[in-house]
Amino acid sequence: MKYIDEFRDQKKIQKVINKIKDYSVHDISLMEFCGGHTVAILKYGIRQVMPAGVVMLSGPGCPICVTDNSELDKAMEYAMLDRVILSTYGDMLRVPGSYKSLSQLKAEGARVVFVYSPSDALKLAKNNKESIVIFFGVGFETSAPALAATVLKAKSDRVDNFYVYSALKLTPVAARAILHMAEVKIHGILGPGHVTTIIGLDAWSFIPSEFNIPVVVSGFEPLDILLSLDMLLTQVAKKKAHLENEYARSVTAQGNLKALEIMYQVFEIKDCAWRGFGILSKSGLKLKEEFSDFDAEKNFVIPLKPVHHNPGCKCAEVLRGVLTPSECPLFKQACTPAQPIGPCMVSPEGSCAAYYYYGK
Amino acid sequence: MCLAIPTKVVEKDGDRGIVEIGGVKKQIDLTLVPEAKIGDYVILHVGFALQVLDEEEAQKTLALFEELAHYNE
Repeated sequence: MKYIDEFRDQKKIQKVINKIKDYSVHDISLMEFCGGHTVAILKYGIRQVMPAGVVMLSGPGCPICVTDNSELDKAMEYAMLDRVILSTYGDMLRVPGSYKSLSQLKAEGARVVFVYSPSDALKLAKNNKESIVIFFGVGFETSAPALAATVLKAKSDRVDNFYVYSALKLTPVAARAILHMAEVKIHGILGPGHVTTIIGLDAWSFIPSEFNIPVVVSGFEPLDILLSLDMLLTQVAKKKAHLENEYARSVTAQGNLKALEIMYQVFEIKDCAWRGFGILSKSGLKLKEEFSDFDAEKNFVIPLKPVHHNPGCKCAEVLRGVLTPSECPLFKQACTPAQPIGPCMVSPEGSCAAYYYYGK
Repeated sequence: MCLAIPTKVVEKDGDRGIVEIGGVKKQIDLTLVPEAKIGDYVILHVGFALQVLDEEEAQKTLALFEELAHYNE
């Protein structure tokens, strides 16, 4: 068992496709919460095999996309401080903030380094003692424990030139916000498999119980997604609203308790700004008091400039499932991957980029 | 950031490990999965293992397709 090929088996895939095509449902909207699912669904041509009465909506599950301009602008201000090397994930490179992108800032001479892992940022600090490394931590619960573990290591290794600016966000809060706002009718939700690997299946039980909507937490291989969509459509057809786990090889009811323990050892909950939602209460993570020595916000003073959002950009509506990318007036016109106006066109998990590359 | 892949643990030394995927070996952090053993498959994300994959559950998921086989007949 290698966990990839088995979940791409063509014969099995065809079987599920044959079954899915036969569902006779009308005006059904399913939301795939996670950007990784949006991309996979388009890339593997899964949209084409959905029955005619089903619309797939994308949600806010792309941490690059939901990072607010206020946060990105702040990260750029850190990058401009003396001796600072700003470090973050490469996906953030071309996302436009209020004034410019990190890529433009780098071209202007700021020291911006992209890393694959937060532990690489810590290594950068250790290898550059005359510099100050500030890690801009965007992400959800999938990457929060890794950053927490890195902060613990920085503390135990007594690293004094490593800081974190946390833009970490908690996904169930955004899901609840979308359902409360009820801008679109959602009949079923495809849940994020890797976030749920950390937080546990039970974290989503509020959706069936409070909103009467079925949820299937899914893996990311084609077979996973097709099987999950079949499970969702079965529930929709039978008017059920249960929480199911398709990704049982990775997701358990409680999640990864060790990872959660480490995450909450280092971080505590705060209110935070999400692109598309404004400020959501108790939706983000900040460093706890005892880790103040690693908290960029507590150690550096930066100018606060006005935050702007491009008025034509519809990323906010796309992230809430209100518009599909092709309904944005800028899609493929003013906004392309080469010249992105908003993050959804830039991020590898962005809906607009997925629509652009793989067609609708 | 959902981008995470299954990889096989081939070496382990405390909370550091080496995984192999497609013939390439990579150093990763096992702090979040202290129970991981050599030979286990783990989900790898930003340089950290997030979970040990459960082979029995994987087989059960694949077995669901046998039910679909009957549907298709």
